[in-house]
Amino acid sequence: MSTRKAELCTTGGESTAVEPADVTPEQHPIAPYIRMDRMPHIWCPTCGIGTVVKCYATALGETGVDLNKVAVVSGIGCTGRVAGYMKLDGFHTTHGRAIPFATGLKLSRPELLVTVFSGDGDLVGIGGNHFIHAARRNMDLLVILVNNFIYGMTGGQNAPTTPLTAKTSTMPYGNFERPFNLAHLAASCGASYVARWTCLHVRQLTWAFKDALQRKGFRFIEVIAPCSTLYARLNKLGTGFNLMQFYHDNAEVRHGTDTSEVDIGFQDEIVCGKFVDEARPTFVEAMDEHNRKILGDKYVPMPPSGGFIPDPNPDPARQGGAARPGTCVPGSDSDANPNRDGVASGLCPGRPNPNNPDSAAGRPS
Amino acid sequence: MKADPAGVLTGVHYLDGDFACGEGAMAAGCRFVAGYPITPSTEVVERISRRFPRIGGVFIQMEDELASMAAVVGAAWTGTKSMTVTSGPGFSLMMENIGLAAMMEAPCVVVNVQRGGPSTGLPTMVGQADMMQARWGSHGDYELIALSPQSPQEAFNLTIDAFNLSELYRVPVMFMMDECVGHMTEKVIIPPAEEIEVVPRPLTAAAPEEFQPYRVNGRDVPEFARAGDGYRFHTTGLTHDERGYPVMSAECQEKCVRRLVYKIRGNAEQIVRFEEDAVAGADVVVVSYGITARVARLGVQLARAKGVKVGVLRLVVVWPFPERRIRELARQVKAFVVPEINYGQIVLEVERCAAGQATAISVPHGGGSVHDPQEICQTILRAAK
Repeated sequence: MSTRKAELCTTGGESTAVEPADVTPEQHPIAPYIRMDRMPHIWCPTCGIGTVVKCYATALGETGVDLNKVAVVSGIGCTGRVAGYMKLDGFHTTHGRAIPFATGLKLSRPELLVTVFSGDGDLVGIGGNHFIHAARRNMDLLVILVNNFIYGMTGGQNAPTTPLTAKTSTMPYGNFERPFNLAHLAASCGASYVARWTCLHVRQLTWAFKDALQRKGFRFIEVIAPCSTLYARLNKLGTGFNLMQFYHDNAEVRHGTDTSEVDIGFQDEIVCGKFVDEARPTFVEAMDEHNRKILGDKYVPMPPSGGFIPDPNPDPARQGGAARPGTCVPGSDSDANPNRDGVASGLCPGRPNPNNPDSAAGRPS
Repeated sequence: MKADPAGVLTGVHYLDGDFACGEGAMAAGCRFVAGYPITPSTEVVERISRRFPRIGGVFIQMEDELASMAAVVGAAWTGTKSMTVTSGPGFSLMMENIGLAAMMEAPCVVVNVQRGGPSTGLPTMVGQADMMQARWGSHGDYELIALSPQSPQEAFNLTIDAFNLSELYRVPVMFMMDECVGHMTEKVIIPPAEEIEVVPRPLTAAAPEEFQPYRVNGRDVPEFARAGDGYRFHTTGLTHDERGYPVMSAECQEKCVRRLVYKIRGNAEQIVRFEEDAVAGADVVVVSYGITARVARLGVQLARAKGVKVGVLRLVVVWPFPERRIRELARQVKAFVVPEINYGQIVLEVERCAAGQATAISVPHGGGSVHDPQEICQTILRAAK
């Protein structure tokens, strides 16, 4: 154990304690990508999610993508918190719905690079239907799924990824439900890019993120991550460190493997690598190409900058928020207009509201 | 601002309510629609899916209504006016992300062409039994806006208003049609674009480093920045502070929920809209909405022929409810008669506002057809005694 530890944790030789005087405060390399004002994060010690975030942030930096055009969408759960920690447009949505939310973002502003970052329970448990359909459509999303084999945030319940016989809080005698082979699920539904790595494979994982960021369509990267608080504890597997050691000893890198052969058994071999990398038309490409063919010049695609229709004469008074003291004649009686049929109506924009404790109009002037 | 002419099909048309609603959405500037087929609402998205590729909009048929509503909330964050369309069973599935839209303050429109329920109910026949669900369907405290059109022309006009209200108050607006209005074909006049007033989404004037997605500066609704404009903001369905960061405390919850509730409750007088006819001096006032308002008119005529002084109050905006007006009328009338194609929903609201000063009498109907005007007349006659 101690030998292995030294191999894993140091670059060579015994690590030595550093005197406090030698420590100079410096920024973490991925700090520019992180909302440092939200640190510390909620993840447990030895949780794998932070490693995945580090690799993703590194990949963003090394690919040089315009960070202003990158959006991260998460669902609910431990990994679901990623969207809130990254200094990007970040959307923390409802349980299982990160993929359809991301679909709306992408289709209404096609120039965005949209990454879905969530867990196994979120994306393929409650969100499984959205996952397969987005893969089928080859929706232009990078989907990073952190698979810890268990529902972490709610306390260790069985997941659709829990290996057979593994114990969970709702399968205390061991899981007897066959789990998903996620790589195979994604590939067979039409994902154009499918890869799997573990949290131990930081270089390969970073490289995979860079690889996928430069591609289009539904790109699926599964990351096997340790959950020492629940999965390891319930299954007496030691700490997160022991799980990393397990990955070291049992992960097999086999690029191009047929995904039907990459099932994960309990404490069994984990096949890693890039399994699928095929360019095929994305949803937006297919839509544009087909509509152009059928409608010719009459086809007006959604502009890359989206379907937002700007106000040619923006009202400075509304830039600080919409409802405001207005000038229309308010009151329900005057709003009653029996002749409204036949006339498209514009609405009055509201007026001071003495009942609203947050309204400017409700405050003494 | 004036409507974008690309979406406005100016002219005199003969359209059903579903098509008219779709045209209203496009005229209002809607450029993203996600939906799932469900009778009797599907014609709305069929119309849109034909027209969108010619006006720069995207329609996507999602795998279910959960996904449709989630996609609409996502699209709202790019500043794109977005909408979904459904009927009762799909409306139930949308409740989850209607709550997300309310919490995130994502402006959008949800069209519900109501059919008979519960469950699968009467797919091709009328109902009005989702009115309380529209108000209370998602968990937690929030307020939103609901409108109910009585004709295809109004389906067009009020869809524009629904978008405008969603922009003004940053709420999901429920557009509560019913199967009869949805499938009724009448003349619909679509005016030129320059005669249609649409409310644009104002973008924040703050610099990215200063911007906070839920800062209100003493107003009712926060500033808006589009995803992809460099603001790199965060938003969440969790209870959040002005930065959009989750804060798990009773104090933050109080502030967050109070603003969500009061931005509508406190502006209710500006939002409520109804039509009245002959309420002055009336002994009985009939309160109705949607197709039932048109049926009730006949019942009112029959009762007037028998000498009863009957007034009419038709709800155009159903939520927020015109509490003040009902309170005022309750001091004057003997009774309110409330026909609706359900077993008593809006009548409860009338009863609450009347607060014992006048009785509120339900004329219930299980759905599948409209009321018999005679039944409404008989109830009015009983109420007048």
